[in-house]
Amino acid sequence: MNLPRATVSKVLKFSCVDGPGNRLVLFLQGCNFACPTCHNPHTMKLCDDCGDCVSECPTGALAIVQGKVLHDPSICDQCDKCLDVCPINANPKVTQYSVDDVLALLYKNKPFLNGITVSGGEATTQLKFIAALFTAIKSDEKLKDLTCFIDSNGYLPEAAWKSVLPVTDGVMLDIKAFDDTLHSTLTTRSNERVLTSAKLLFKADRLTELRYLLIPERTDSSKEINALSEFVQTLDASIPLRLNAFQHHGVKGEALNWPAMKKPDVERIAVKLREAGLKNVMTPSTYL
Amino acid sequence: MSELLKRFKGITEDPGLSFTQKARYLSLEAENSLPYPELDEETAKALEERVICDMYEGHAPFKPRYVMPDYSVVLEKGSVFLELEPATTLDEAINALMIAYHHIPSVTNMPVFIGRLDNLLLPYCEDVSDEDLYKKLKLFWRYLDRVLPDAFMHANVGPTDNRVARTIMRIDAELKQIAPNLTFIWDPQVSSDEIFSQACLSIIECSKPHIANNPLHQPLFDEHGYGIASCYNVLPLCGGASTLTRINLHEVARRSKDTADFFENVLPKYIDLNFRLTEARIDHLFNKSGFFESFLVKEGWISKDRFTAMYGIFAMAQCVDELQAKEGHSGKYGHDETANQLGHRISEVLYKAVEARPMENVWRGKAMLHSQAGLSDDNGCTPGVRIPYGSEPDPVTHVQALAEHHAFYPSGISEILTLDETIESNPAALEQLVKGAFQLGFREFSANISNNDLVRITGYMVRLSDIEKFRECGGSRINTTVLGAEAAEKGKILDRAPRVMSHELAPRYSQ
Ligand code: SF4
Ligand code: SF4
Repeated sequence: MNLPRATVSKVLKFSCVDGPGNRLVLFLQGCNFACPTCHNPHTMKLCDDCGDCVSECPTGALAIVQGKVLHDPSICDQCDKCLDVCPINANPKVTQYSVDDVLALLYKNKPFLNGITVSGGEATTQLKFIAALFTAIKSDEKLKDLTCFIDSNGYLPEAAWKSVLPVTDGVMLDIKAFDDTLHSTLTTRSNERVLTSAKLLFKADRLTELRYLLIPERTDSSKEINALSEFVQTLDASIPLRLNAFQHHGVKGEALNWPAMKKPDVERIAVKLREAGLKNVMTPSTYL
Repeated sequence: MSELLKRFKGITEDPGLSFTQKARYLSLEAENSLPYPELDEETAKALEERVICDMYEGHAPFKPRYVMPDYSVVLEKGSVFLELEPATTLDEAINALMIAYHHIPSVTNMPVFIGRLDNLLLPYCEDVSDEDLYKKLKLFWRYLDRVLPDAFMHANVGPTDNRVARTIMRIDAELKQIAPNLTFIWDPQVSSDEIFSQACLSIIECSKPHIANNPLHQPLFDEHGYGIASCYNVLPLCGGASTLTRINLHEVARRSKDTADFFENVLPKYIDLNFRLTEARIDHLFNKSGFFESFLVKEGWISKDRFTAMYGIFAMAQCVDELQAKEGHSGKYGHDETANQLGHRISEVLYKAVEARPMENVWRGKAMLHSQAGLSDDNGCTPGVRIPYGSEPDPVTHVQALAEHHAFYPSGISEILTLDETIESNPAALEQLVKGAFQLGFREFSANISNNDLVRITGYMVRLSDIEKFRECGGSRINTTVLGAEAAEKGKILDRAPRVMSHELAPRYSQ
């Protein structure tokens, strides 16, 4: 059997915003959406070894060996010039992790952890790895009390969800927009599968949190907010709903010309949603 | 006018000081105009060059640096000297403590330790309703902050889960005062999950309490137990610490040719010189000052043979980086495995040296090693074994890098972890971080939450808004604001999102 490996752009040993308690977070490289509002655009695509970034690296941390771009973290000074020049929003600084590599990380940091969250990019583009990893965690005596979460854009089809849910404790799901045309402009894809995922996860008792990104003049209209409110209520008014506010930090390209979402407007919308009956609306603690 | 008189005059006329602050600085200047306890030439030179340091404690030590009274004595037996009867009600007990505090000396002239308050007060609470308990303790807390405004004043609660501990933590989080500082002593065998959670919520609210790991501290002490004073000094109760002296490890590294020279020659030399400095100061306190004739000893609040000597070190980070550079390595302390291991080795050598040296007039005949958390003017030197401000890795990596040091510092070692405010909506993450740290051998845990007005500077608390006010109009009711402002400017402390430090005193008038 070919053991799955993951392409990982980043590992955090401390995160208090990716699910309950402190979590080890694996950011998997690659996404099936291409949102202009993404604040980590370099996580979107897998590197195709074009080599454009190699000569830009001031420390010589990048090299092409047998047609492959390799990164030497020991001399990289994290200037991110390589990310700036990459023509396809990829990242040469990724690392390949086997399931055992991640288990080793978990053993080492176990005393500090309540669980693990796979995020992205879009984590579910590497679903085989997630399923193998979570299965290994659940069957490991020392690790099985860690909870396993996925942070997702919801584009995964129903059958695929079913393959991973038995070993998954919860999913944090992003809904970008309710109007399908708007969703397509914001993500390049239809929202049909996303809404289906939300319902399916809710039924399976795995929907930990819904997230909705407020973008001025785009997703903050009354029509969208009403649709959001209705959608949540058809599931359960007490589902945690996290409102995020579009900011410019990390964003590349056209969305930099879009206005940032301001705190008073977010709070106003939160009040409106609460008045409509939603019981668990959260707003950002910082605006950066 | 002589230089000395000019300094006196400067202090009396300084518009930025309150009259009590002026009185304190005047007394310090007076003490420091006396000759220093006699030192041999080599020790005097090392002190002059500040490779070793007396914390600017004054030339004529006439009181121990930290006094840790057993306040149960005055509560249970009263005091002949203070004309107090034994306390019979909660009001009487609190009142007796309020009186007692004024008679406890310390380096700052304010008590640095005000007791393990739940142990002290619980016996008087049986007939007191929850509401009355809350009201009475709240007034007590306000009194402490207003009358003894020094952030080094330290109260302890725990490890048991009890009404007094819970109420004190609740009040502390509500009032968000600088004083007193507060430690919750945690013991997983004794403390309930609920009170541990309450302590963590309170940290999120106001960066207090500091949490101490009882299973690691308790076995080092006897039936009198221990208390946590000032900035995380773990000291024998019914005694305290006569002195705190410290070695600037960076200066030691600078005087070494390479790592081998550091370990073989230079460090042993300064370890010895710092012992000699400590001995000279203890000799003055015990044999000349007459301190131990005090009623505190006669009535049994403290015992002459229960005073340890705190043997401090600081600037480990700069020391390791300096030695790494001398060896041609680039890895930095806190971030590089080799650098971190070198640091652990230095701590171990220090610990063994302190354990091996017999000392007179010191509790159990040996000093206790201490990772010392800095004065406000430690230009460029990082407190204790901490990782320099602003360059700390994530909290988990931070704890992992430093945990091995903790076994070597029985009289205290404090790290300050800076956490961003997103933790507010996820207190379980903080709880797990504390548990993880303790499991790895952390003796103590402190955190600053980045949007709290109340933050630790080197271990003492300051309000950021007070520092702002102090800068604008000069003058603060609270001693440590002055210190905090100094530390903030020199130590880049406020650079790091938020921060905790632990420390002691504004030992000199600096103008
Ligand atoms: S971030 Fe990229 S460009 Fe910069 S040093 Fe590292 S590999 Fe080179
Ligand atoms: S990271 Fe981007 S620029 Fe660099 S080789 Fe890969 S695709 Fe090309």
